[in-house]
Amino acid sequence: MEFRGFIAVNNVTLSVNEGTVHALIGPNGAGKTTVFNLLTKFLTPTRGQITFRGSDITALKPAEVARLGLVRSFQISAVFPHLTVLDNVRVALQRPSDLATQFWRSSSILSTLDDRAMSLIDAVGLSSYAHLPAVELSYGRKRALEIATTLALDPAMLLLDEPMAGMGHEDIGRISDLIRRIARNRTVLMVEHNLNVVSDLCDRVTVLARGEILADGSYDTVSADPRVREAYMGTEHA
Amino acid sequence: MAVETHYIPAQPKARTSTVVLGAVAIAALLAAPFVVYPVFMMSILCFALFACAFNLLIGYVGLLSFGHATFFGGAAYFTAHAVKVWGFEPLAGLLVGVVGAALLGLVVGFLAIRRQGIYFSMITLALGQMFAFICLQAPFTHGEDGIQGVPRGHLLGLIDLNQPLAMYYVTLAIFLFGFFAIWRIVHSPFGNILQAIRENERRAISLGYRVDRYKLGAFVMSAALAGLAGGTKAIVFQFATLTDVQWQMSGEVILMTLLGGIGTLIGPVVGASLVIALQNYLAAYDFPVTVLIGVIFVICVLIFRRGIAGEVIELMRRKAG
Repeated sequence: MEFRGFIAVNNVTLSVNEGTVHALIGPNGAGKTTVFNLLTKFLTPTRGQITFRGSDITALKPAEVARLGLVRSFQISAVFPHLTVLDNVRVALQRPSDLATQFWRSSSILSTLDDRAMSLIDAVGLSSYAHLPAVELSYGRKRALEIATTLALDPAMLLLDEPMAGMGHEDIGRISDLIRRIARNRTVLMVEHNLNVVSDLCDRVTVLARGEILADGSYDTVSADPRVREAYMGTEHA
Repeated sequence: MAVETHYIPAQPKARTSTVVLGAVAIAALLAAPFVVYPVFMMSILCFALFACAFNLLIGYVGLLSFGHATFFGGAAYFTAHAVKVWGFEPLAGLLVGVVGAALLGLVVGFLAIRRQGIYFSMITLALGQMFAFICLQAPFTHGEDGIQGVPRGHLLGLIDLNQPLAMYYVTLAIFLFGFFAIWRIVHSPFGNILQAIRENERRAISLGYRVDRYKLGAFVMSAALAGLAGGTKAIVFQFATLTDVQWQMSGEVILMTLLGGIGTLIGPVVGASLVIALQNYLAAYDFPVTVLIGVIFVICVLIFRRGIAGEVIELMRRKAG
């Protein structure tokens, strides 16, 4: 798997190897989310190329990219607020099950998806909230729900935009375990500020600063790089 | 892994009361022509179905179309032409109207759906104006005169629709068909996705939904059902005129839906009944109807934001706790 983007961000050539957990870190405004938006086609690159599993996806639309198995989460939690937790996950399950376009059938047919939805909800520890509208969940639980919804598509590659942001200690532990588990047969690219999580979970780290790649390699190599330290210190002073 | 699967459907109590209310309403509609002037009731049913079709789009997809008269009035012309000129049987004539409206909906929807919010509304308005102009100029619509003297004919060659009661019950059946079609669409897997798109469109896209197709699908369904209402009106009143395709008609259906309650199934029916009843009863007096409807509209927007039916439903929900 390979991404080569001469991206509006700036000459970012990023390749993510299949089956790895890859972190994209960097100070605020470095362009991490922009890279996500480019990869998932929510933004169109002015120049460059994006390939996924050997095929060129540069010209595809966001929904088509998701259909290929490259599914993202959002930095600001993206749930369907007035649907219950169960319904949120079922929305994701509906599409691959061909239960999305049938307008002549009762929606009670969707209960056939409940078992799968509940096991996904269980995996992120939300079983006891299954019938609560998503809007009533705490921030950390909304993030967990978002991950469950993303996983419902069984994507080959997940792009997680700050999955741990706003989470408490316990939640971070649980979601870390979950990501480790799902990464066994998938590729994960994540933006994350929590460096403990990054060092713990990620096989490889790419540091982005001012829209360019500053360093790339294992966590230990990258964290020892003086330029990376400077970039981080620089923003802390600012 | 222990998995609970008890998905709570709507509370059974609420469901029973809905069924009871529905049965009472249908009984009242069946008895209505013996109490109220049938043509008046048929006018209400046609506009109620039109408003319901419009509401499918604004209430369940969140798209404000300002050109729905195109589908209502367009279908009226198509049905009237098919019945009068081609000598079609009424049901076949209606089918022509519905298919015509659906095709118009496909074109208008295809062009408008790429834009959001006010731009969507403006495109539907512009295309609606263009269609009204075509109707004014095209030979088959007979310009200012419209298509007059459309025969009601015999339904399936059997039922004489010149009998007011027969016409009424056929209109009622068409209305109920349309109403339940909308109910089915809203409470279907497709309706579920429409709701998800309305709640968070970007998220729906990121889950791989081609949201434009869902919106276009809903737009065409709404147009087709508006066409069913317009075609029925042409047969009931035996004419099709420019009034039904002009922007005022698009505005009127917005008004009806807003007054009754956007996003409730019954709201548009209530709104349409109110507006038609006021127009009908005040027509005999000198009092300007538009002023009164305008005042009601202002009151509604200021005090009953959810519309009449919307407020009642909310009140019942709060009472039920």
